[in-house]
Amino acid sequence: MSHPVNPIMSVDNPQVAVEHLNLFYGAAQALIDVSFGIPKSQVTALIGPSGCGKSTFLRCINRMNDLVEGLRVEGLITIDGENINDPALDVIELRRKVGMVFQKWNPFPKSIYENVIYGLRIAGIKERSVLEQAAEQSLKKAALWDEVKDRLHQSAMGLSGGQMQRLCIARAVAVKPEIILMDEPCSALDPRSTARIEQLIRELRDEYTIIIVTHNMQQAARISDYTAYMYLGELIEYGPTQKLFTVPERKETEEYITGRFG
Amino acid sequence: MLTKKFLRQGEPYVWATSLALSMILFIVFLLLYVVLANGILVFWPKEVSQVTMTDGGLVLGEEIRQEKDPAGGGKRFQFKVGNRDLYGLDFKWVDARMVKTFSRPEDVYVLERQEHGNFYGFLRELQTPGLVIPAEKSMSLQMARDVIEPQRAEVSKIEKQIATLNRKVEYSNSRLARLRYKKEGATPAAAAVRAEIEEFKTEFDRLVGILNGKRTIVAANVAVLVDANGREKTIALADIVRCYQPNAMSWLEKCSYYMIRIKELLVAEPRESNTEGGLFPAIFGTIMLVFMMSILSFPVGVIAGIYLREYAKEGYLVKTVRIAVNNLAGIPSIVYGIFGLGFFVYGVGGQIDQLFFAENLPTPTFGTGGILWASLTLGLLTVPVVIVATEEALGSIPPGIREGSQALAATKFQTLTRILLPMASPGILTGFILAMARAAGEVAPLMITGVVKLAPALPLDTIFPYLHLDRKFMHLGFHIYDIGFQSPNVEAAKPMVYVTTLLLILIVIIMTSTAIFLRNRMRERFSVADL
Repeated sequence: MSHPVNPIMSVDNPQVAVEHLNLFYGAAQALIDVSFGIPKSQVTALIGPSGCGKSTFLRCINRMNDLVEGLRVEGLITIDGENINDPALDVIELRRKVGMVFQKWNPFPKSIYENVIYGLRIAGIKERSVLEQAAEQSLKKAALWDEVKDRLHQSAMGLSGGQMQRLCIARAVAVKPEIILMDEPCSALDPRSTARIEQLIRELRDEYTIIIVTHNMQQAARISDYTAYMYLGELIEYGPTQKLFTVPERKETEEYITGRFG
Repeated sequence: MLTKKFLRQGEPYVWATSLALSMILFIVFLLLYVVLANGILVFWPKEVSQVTMTDGGLVLGEEIRQEKDPAGGGKRFQFKVGNRDLYGLDFKWVDARMVKTFSRPEDVYVLERQEHGNFYGFLRELQTPGLVIPAEKSMSLQMARDVIEPQRAEVSKIEKQIATLNRKVEYSNSRLARLRYKKEGATPAAAAVRAEIEEFKTEFDRLVGILNGKRTIVAANVAVLVDANGREKTIALADIVRCYQPNAMSWLEKCSYYMIRIKELLVAEPRESNTEGGLFPAIFGTIMLVFMMSILSFPVGVIAGIYLREYAKEGYLVKTVRIAVNNLAGIPSIVYGIFGLGFFVYGVGGQIDQLFFAENLPTPTFGTGGILWASLTLGLLTVPVVIVATEEALGSIPPGIREGSQALAATKFQTLTRILLPMASPGILTGFILAMARAAGEVAPLMITGVVKLAPALPLDTIFPYLHLDRKFMHLGFHIYDIGFQSPNVEAAKPMVYVTTLLLILIVIIMTSTAIFLRNRMRERFSVADL
């Protein structure tokens, strides 16, 4: 099954450009010939039914898939023109540039402060003033500062789920990435916490390129500038969110977003 | 119908589980009870009874127990009558039918002596050069003994100095032997060592002279005692370790006596082929052994566990290794002992002797059992427990934590040291606790890798090079076996067996509860139960 290349699948000056990406788990193919460009300082949402490969795709961008045994990637992904699968590229540098927030919040069993500055400590930054400033800034960006400023040195395990997820966002922001990947960050949260994080994503858009996987189409419509619809490992349609949700070009997309399928 | 419903509810299974638990608890408590009941009152001063027999004879001693006479007839009593130098045996059975009266004479003395065990009897007189004081006019025996205590302490101080000197001579001799072996026997260095030895020898002779003089003076102070039947016994005051009149002691005096004995147990050296005196060398040996075992085996175990879980590629080889490691725990400990003897003692130790201590050969230095080899053998025995615990602890960390750390640009190694190891530490410590408890209680492999019933010196002392890893050592577990089953005077050693067992259990409990306390604190700190 091959689709004609959708003209909107390419944007001008993409920050992340994906060309003919194929991904295999052993013999099974999880991504089939995915090509598109992701614009800078915009929120791009990946939607599609469970198992369509959107998370797998997301994890290709910071090479988290390296940790998975028996996984093979073909094709090209470039960030600012640089091939991220180049063997000469330092994956640590890449991950410093591309942060990630996971579906299930995963703060470390350390204090709130230590969680936020973990990435900086890893990068070898030792000056207290720098760390403290970074912690405050990041927590403010993650809209968590007011809630935790009085207990920075208490364990992060005492926070609520929504707070923990915002802490994970603060942690990702602290290393000053250019791109933040979000893998269904709200799927385990209550509506209130979800709303807070959605608002946060909108605020972060000016500074960072955000790529978010979600199975919630309303969420995608609310927060994203561009949306990609994936199905069974293929990119079916990609375009400005408003257009994709109002006048989808492809029938499959329309069926999915109107709830007749998926 | 009703039974079916009953079974389905699961009640009987709950009972079965609780039954299993209560059985285990019962056995554990029974063991603790036996040890405590027999061990805790060993040092409590027992009252001394005097039995008048129907044939007119008298028996003086502590009543140990009564039982049915196996030869038929009525009851019989066992008495600890002491006075081994007079009677040959410390214990005596008394037929209940032969007993006319029991009494508790107030003035009976119990003497703990340097030799021949306890003496039970009455004081007749004190003798000091040129003076004989009959018992009625004299001070108490304890006071008399206290009077000569400073002199006696001086004697034992000189004895200690001589022992230290001996060890210094030994060390110098070995240095000389080394020089001679290197064909440097005629160099100034060797001459210096020789001069040193000469110096030591002069000092030795001087000390022996002083010692003999003091000993004669001290030995002139004696007490004349009589046993129940009037047999006289002269005992030098300096030979009395402790004396007391149990029938006249108040409760408070008994308590203080008890505390003194406990202190002796913990800090003094053993006497009388280990049936009396303290257990300090064995306590020290046990703790040092466990400590060295931990230092030698835990790092290796943790590193091996990390490799198996974090770095080794999962496959048949790793699976086989894992099964092998798990099965290592099932090998009888004596097999480890034999391996330790063959590999560490004869193999590695033999090589070390060839290379570094050739001058002493054929006398082995490291090529014979010692605390280093025993620790390594025990380390080998406990390392599987540590490996398995490390692996499990790392394996139980949620994968999201690893990803979270690596997504923040941490390397695998940074993730390991900063996140995974702290989080795994409670589980790893649990492995340590199990390993330590096992090592502290293990005896069989030690018996062929360096434990002895009486070590002349501790493996750690103030003589260069301070830590003597080649030395043999004493151990509480072996001590139990030795005094319980190898002692020439089993009946007299019995209380000591219980005391030693109690002490060993206490030490294990103290060591493991410290570790458990640490673990629980870490568990609190690194718990991710909320995730």
